[in-house]
This record gives sequence, structure tokens and C-alpha cells, in this order.
Amino acid sequence: MLTFAVRRLLLLIPILLGLSILVFLFVRALPGGPETALLGERSTPERIAQVRAAYGLDRPVHEQYLSYMGKVVKLDFGTSIQTQRPVSEEIARRFKATLELTGAAILFAVLVGIPLGFVAGRRPQSWIDNLSTVGSLLGIAIPVFVLGYLLKYVFAIKLGWFETTGRQNVAISTEHPTGFFVLDGIITGDLPAAWDAFKHLVLPAIALGTIPLAIITRITRAAVQEVSNEDFVRTAEAKGMTKSVVTRRHILRNAMLPVVTIIGLQTGLLLSGAILTETVFAFGGLGSFMASSVFTRDFPVIQGGILFIAVVFVLVNLLVDISYGLFDPRVRNA
Amino acid sequence: MTRVQEQVDAIPGRGQGAAPLLEVRDLRVTFKSRGRRPVKAVDGVSLDVAPGATVGIVGESGSGKSVTSLAALGLLGKRGVEISGSVKFDGDDLLNMPEDELRAVRGKEIAMVFQDPMSSLNPVLTIGRQITEILERHRGLKGQDARDQAAELLLSVGIGDAVRRLKSFPHQLSGGMRQRVMIAMALACQPRLLIADEPTTALDVTISAQILELLRSLVVDSQTALVLITHDLGVVAGLCDQVHVMYSGRIVESAPRRALFANPQHPYTTGLLASVPRLDQPRGVPLLPIPGSPSDTLPWVDGCAFAPRCTRRVPESVGCPPALLPLEGSEPSHLVRCVNPVPEDHT
Repeated sequence: MLTFAVRRLLLLIPILLGLSILVFLFVRALPGGPETALLGERSTPERIAQVRAAYGLDRPVHEQYLSYMGKVVKLDFGTSIQTQRPVSEEIARRFKATLELTGAAILFAVLVGIPLGFVAGRRPQSWIDNLSTVGSLLGIAIPVFVLGYLLKYVFAIKLGWFETTGRQNVAISTEHPTGFFVLDGIITGDLPAAWDAFKHLVLPAIALGTIPLAIITRITRAAVQEVSNEDFVRTAEAKGMTKSVVTRRHILRNAMLPVVTIIGLQTGLLLSGAILTETVFAFGGLGSFMASSVFTRDFPVIQGGILFIAVVFVLVNLLVDISYGLFDPRVRNA
Repeated sequence: MTRVQEQVDAIPGRGQGAAPLLEVRDLRVTFKSRGRRPVKAVDGVSLDVAPGATVGIVGESGSGKSVTSLAALGLLGKRGVEISGSVKFDGDDLLNMPEDELRAVRGKEIAMVFQDPMSSLNPVLTIGRQITEILERHRGLKGQDARDQAAELLLSVGIGDAVRRLKSFPHQLSGGMRQRVMIAMALACQPRLLIADEPTTALDVTISAQILELLRSLVVDSQTALVLITHDLGVVAGLCDQVHVMYSGRIVESAPRRALFANPQHPYTTGLLASVPRLDQPRGVPLLPIPGSPSDTLPWVDGCAFAPRCTRRVPESVGCPPALLPLEGSEPSHLVRCVNPVPEDHT
């Protein structure tokens, strides 16, 4: 298991090298550069040349790349042109928001999706199965921004249960030791702050969690249905095990194998791609930050951000594979 | 012709002295699925199993032998399955028993061993856990007590190094070992009836012989009643007192072992016997397969289901189905369902 993990981590090196070259070339192939965003389109050529020189953009691309990678190796990702603060700091701060949002979304998807998929799989063609099928298809089909605005309109504006935008009421000033606002409130004992952060978190988490929810429901349903027909379930029944033991120990445990993989893959996706949800709810996470960096041609942020997301994606997948071994002894011993 | 009109079957296995442990009466199982013709998998099976008796049910794939046992234990599920008749175990009606009570009987009073020990064991649980869970469930053993008992069970089915083996997963064991584990699990609560459904089919010949020997020593010798379901007459010859031959959901012949092998009366039984290779046959004599396959007789035909494949077919074969009765002059325990049975001098 350890050599497996190490091998997978070593694989990161070629992935990151290749990706860094691609990203480096891509951002420079975009029309316009950071100078246009900084100075506007009517600036003088002299000012533009000055800014380009200041960021080293006047040098040949391979030179820029080598000097960039030289710094990256020392974990220095440069300074954001937009905010003039270190890229690593900006990413770290916003990534916590994304992590909190993703965690809540996946939690929502798992807590609803697995029981729903389980019931649907045990009773195929029942009303609850049909409901989950239609719901899943709808969940996958509806665009996130439509769902986001719909949720906001109904649950925040009409009913007033939750908040529309942001992560916490700006009037609340509280400590943020972890950067996860709900957790911070609980840790510091400031429960009203935690509650406020929670009310901000619910709607974006549901909007973001809908597609994973639909996928997890479908996969769970299929897996439960398949495992229910396995011979070993019949054996458990023949042994006279109680219904709940047959269900939990024999069906659910085996059915969870494919579901774990899907949860991991979806987590990886959400961590890197919550741009729409974060924008609709002005959540201030990594996704919306990356999107705005593309508009302002903030090269260091785009480059650093993509490399960071790649690392996260590979790590999440590694975790999925390792956890697979925990669930399935056949993988563990292979 | 009088036989054809006689419609009340005699009960196979009846009259062995003690009250039967398992009493199956007119069991019918029909599978229904939307848009398809219903399939009668079991069509009026009746049989008795006396306490401690060893009974073989023989037939080829699709003859309804497995479905009979699964239906009796309520293991067929409810969707698309229609079951009628009665199955009594020690006087209690299993078919109408509340589910909780039936679960208390299964595994404790009646245990089953299935065909493929790989797929019949849960791949993500250690075999120790799979044995201790049944001890917990029916004998109230917990923790170390359950583990000790499980190790003892493994030893009793011939698995050495039992304490270490308890921590193994099914995929780490050989096929024969897995089937030993299945048997250990089945015998964990000292059931009064063991149903072994093709217990050796997935195993190679030498291992299969070992497993049969194990069944003989643990089940037959301990007076546990055994119902052995198999397509292999050789397996039956070694273990069973009473043999029922099934074809297309019906028992077509039923006899004590010796009578069946010495004097098979149903053309299907003689066909089965002729298709088994024998050591005492001269070399070069070709085996005689039964022409066709059981599926040729589905959808259901009136009369004898074997008629389309039968070499002794007479016009009466395709009338109403013959009843299961003893032939005139033969033993009363030797029953056959045929209008033109094989005469005694035939074999």
C-alpha cells in the first residue's frame, strides 16, 4: 500500500511538468495580457511596455517558463497581479471556502443519495424508485446557475430561511482560526456566528451537491440491485440472519464499493469546478477567483491555481484508491 | 389406461416409520414476468423426508430441483413468484409462517449449502465473521466464545490452522476449502435438516469426493436429515437412501436407491443411467445421451413432459399427465409417472 501511494505521488511530477507547460502556453495565447486589464485599452505603448517588462513578459517564453519553474520548485508561485499578494496565500485562503462548500455539498449528496438509492434499489419500480429516477435525471439536467437562482428565490427571498450571498454576515466579526466559517464559530464558541455561516452555506451546498446527489443515487441504486441478487445474499438469508443484518452487513457493504469511487471522483470535480455556484452565491472560493483571474489575465494566479487543482485532484484520487482497499479486502491483498 | 385416469399421486418417501421431518405437498412454483408466458418451474411436487434420512433429488438443469428447495425455505423472493401447496417442517407450515419465525428456523433447524462456494460467500467479510454471525444469531454466542466455536467448526470440516484461517477472506481460500467453510457454516447450529444444492458441482473430481465424504461423516453419521440436490447420479449412489428423479418440475420416478439403480422404470431415469460412464463397461461402447433438451418441452405440454424426448413414447403419453404410482408387482415404495414404463428385464 505504501509503495503504491509513493508511486502515485511520484506520478505527480510528470503530470505537473506537462500541465505547467500547457497552462503557461495557454495563458500566453490568450488575446491581451495583464497590462490591458491593469491599464485599460487606451494606454500608451510606452506604459504597456513598462508594465510588461515589470512582470517579465517581454522576455522569450522559454526563459519566462524556466524562471517561473525555478521559483515553483521553491514553492514560490509569484504575486497576484490583481491583488498584489502572494498567489499561495490567495489560493490557500479561498481554497478553504471551496473546501467548506464542497464538503457540505458532498455531505448533502451522500446523506440523501445513499439512502434514496438504497431504497430505490431494494424496491425497483416502486413509487420511490420512480421518483428517484425522475429526480436524478432532473438533477443532472438542470443547470447549476438556474437551480442556484431558483433556490435563492424560494428559500432565501420568499421564505427567508437562508441567506442569498456571501459566507457570513459582514456585520459579524469573529475569529477565524481554521478558515472554515461554520467550524470557526463552533470552535470559538460563537454559535450565532456559526449559525449565520451555516445559513449562508446551505443553499450553495444544495446547488453544488445536486449533480453528485443524482449520480450517487443512481450508482447506489444500481449497486444495491446488483448485490441483492448475489449468491452470498441468498446465503445470508439461508443462514436466517435478520433483515437488518442482511441489509447492512451483506448488501450495503458490498454495494458501497462503486459508490466510494464515485464520491471521490465527484469530490475532486467539485473542488476544482465550483465556479458557477460560487459566482451565483458570491461565495468567494477558489473557482470564482480563478474565473476572475482569467478575465484580468492574472497569469501567476491562473498558473498556480491550475497546478494546485491538479495536485488536489491527484491526491483525492489517491485517497479514493486507498479507501477502496479499506472497503474491499480483494484490493488490499492484491 | 386405468393408470392414466388415476390422478392422485402416491407420496414419495412415505412409510419410513417415523413422522416426516419435512413434508412437501403439491408444491407449485410459477415464475411470472410481464409480457412473458408464466413458467411452471415446480408442478405439484410432494415428498417426505424422515428424520435422519438422506434423500436425493436428481434432474438436469431446469428440472426444478433447486427451486423446490428455495421455495420451501422462502428464499425465492416475492416479486413475480407464485407458490402454492404446503411445506411442513416438524409440523409447522413454512410457506405461511411469519417472516421473523421463518428466519429463526433457517440456519438453525434447516441449513443450506449452495453450489458455488465462491459466489456464495461474502467477499468483504472474513470467513470467521461469516461463521460467528450465525453463532451469534441462533446460539447467542459472542466475542471470543463465538470465535472459539467457529475455529472448532473449521477443524471439524478438516480445515487446519483454524484460528488463523478465521481471518482469511473467501478469495484467499481454494474452492474445496470454501465449500468446507460453507458446510461448517451450515452445521454451526446443528440443524435437523441440511439441504445441499449441487454441493460438488463447482469442484473438481478429487475435491468433490472429499466433500461428499465430509458430508457423509458429518451429516449422515450424525443423523441429520440430508436432502441432496444434484444432476449426478453417481453422487446420489454414494449417499442417499431414497432418490427422487425430477423432470420439468415434476417427480417422474421415486424409489429407494437400490431399487432405482437395479430396476429403473421411467425412460428418463434409464436415459440418465445410460448417459453415465461406467468403469465396468467395455471400452469403445459409446455413451447414450438423451436426445433434445428440457427446454424443448417448454412451453408446457399436456401429458408427460418427457414425451417429446422419449424413445418409449406411446399415443397415451400426450393425453393427460400420468400419476405417480407404484407399478403392479413392484415395491410399493417405488413410484413412477409413466404410461409405458421400462420393463424390468430392460437393464
